Amino acid sequence: MTNGPLLRTEHLSRRVGDTTLVHDVNLELYPREVLAVVGPSGSGKSSLLRLLNRLDEPTEGTVYVRGVDYRTIPPRELRRRVGMVMQFPYLFPGTVADNVRFGPRQRGIELTDDEVDALLQRVGLPGYGQRDVARLSGGEAQRVSLARTLANQPEILLLDEPTSALDEAAKAGIEELLRQILASGEFAAVLVTHDLAQAGRLARRVLIMEKAHIVRSGDTEEVLRAYQAVP
Amino acid sequence: MLTRLFPDPLTLAAVQAVVAGLLALLVALLAWWMHLRMEKEIIIALVRGLLQVIAVGAVLLFIFQGPTAVGFVILAAMMVVAAQMSAKRAQGLPDAFRVSLYSIAAGSGTIILLMVALGVIDIKLTALIPVGSMLLANSMNTASLAFNRFRGEVLSHVGHIETALSLGASPRAAVLPYVQAAIQASLIPRVDSLRSLGIVWIPGVMTGMLLGGSHPVRAALYQFVIMAMILTVSATTSILAVLLISQRIFTPAEQLILRSETEG
Repeated sequence: MTNGPLLRTEHLSRRVGDTTLVHDVNLELYPREVLAVVGPSGSGKSSLLRLLNRLDEPTEGTVYVRGVDYRTIPPRELRRRVGMVMQFPYLFPGTVADNVRFGPRQRGIELTDDEVDALLQRVGLPGYGQRDVARLSGGEAQRVSLARTLANQPEILLLDEPTSALDEAAKAGIEELLRQILASGEFAAVLVTHDLAQAGRLARRVLIMEKAHIVRSGDTEEVLRAYQAVP
Repeated sequence: MLTRLFPDPLTLAAVQAVVAGLLALLVALLAWWMHLRMEKEIIIALVRGLLQVIAVGAVLLFIFQGPTAVGFVILAAMMVVAAQMSAKRAQGLPDAFRVSLYSIAAGSGTIILLMVALGVIDIKLTALIPVGSMLLANSMNTASLAFNRFRGEVLSHVGHIETALSLGASPRAAVLPYVQAAIQASLIPRVDSLRSLGIVWIPGVMTGMLLGGSHPVRAALYQFVIMAMILTVSATTSILAVLLISQRIFTPAEQLILRSETEG
């Protein structure tokens, strides 16, 4: 395995009609690294994230995963390796365990009860396996969504505003859980958030996006300081 | 009373049409009196309906004298029109005309041929065209319902579908629940009308046969045959239409096409 970036984008762009959603983004993500992408709504940060697991097709440029052009990787394999957690949990009707088993089941792998329990333990929901997802709180649902993505054993996590749909109390809990999981060093992650302070707490490096462009990048603390200096 | 005054069946029918038309004109009068602002519309609809239906009668009179092949040509033409109509219900669904043509043709076409071959539908044009067109119309309605529901289900579950894709699901697995919901919804009217057959309504074919003097049980059985065929045709059409269209809302790279572009 090389020491190069886990993920690298090259002139990554997406245009739909006359609208440019993402323009010429070049970024690198190294193993165990957490990279935050911060910007106001409509700046293209979620659009960028959707290009990274190829939920949308780049109109220009491409992405390399461990040096391999991702257009040569079968989409299902790519999306297992580059896991995504969305802003809303979008749980499938059924039990918590059904949801956790969803990803591996697509490849014909059936997680054992112990494996499901271990994943739920990890996201702070021990013993939740048989609960109906319709009866979960917003924070619990987002935890299940995270466990469901982790069940696929991804190399990279894409986190799309994972706390912005939650109330204040749940927000702090999920952020703390993310901090623990990211600190484990098992994953590299790209975190999209509109909250620069949150980026500071979770990521070492940050990209600022405005109107489809990366306008600034660097060490999170430096960028934070620069933005606090200019009101 | 009219029967005795007008022994010639065609004259009798014309007089009956005038009587029914005059009654309907009273409705227009009532509408005018109640300020419903519908009287003009009602009169135009009455005249238009009369002219259209006489025209169809005249065309049928002409066609019924032709060879059987004419019936199949006419049904084929009807299929194209039906496909166009149901494709309109599929706004935003890619390739909708072709999908609805395939599924209507396969659904109603195969059943019509099979029923003709088995002798359930008479090969005579007087049976082939009306029964065939009835099956076609149901096939079309079902395809429209299925498209409409499928489109609605997908648009309201974009997040779930893309979540499934993000977890490594195939497009087929990602839309399966919505494929099932659309097929199910499109068949509800067919199943309901079969269930209420004879209790809530005595449908067209049976009414026609009874008016024509057929044995009531024979008329009832033939009506059941029609209804069972309609259900079969509808189910085949709906399953094909939804399965075919569900493959077309994804790109080769397994990205959902049918959604409004989101950004953030």
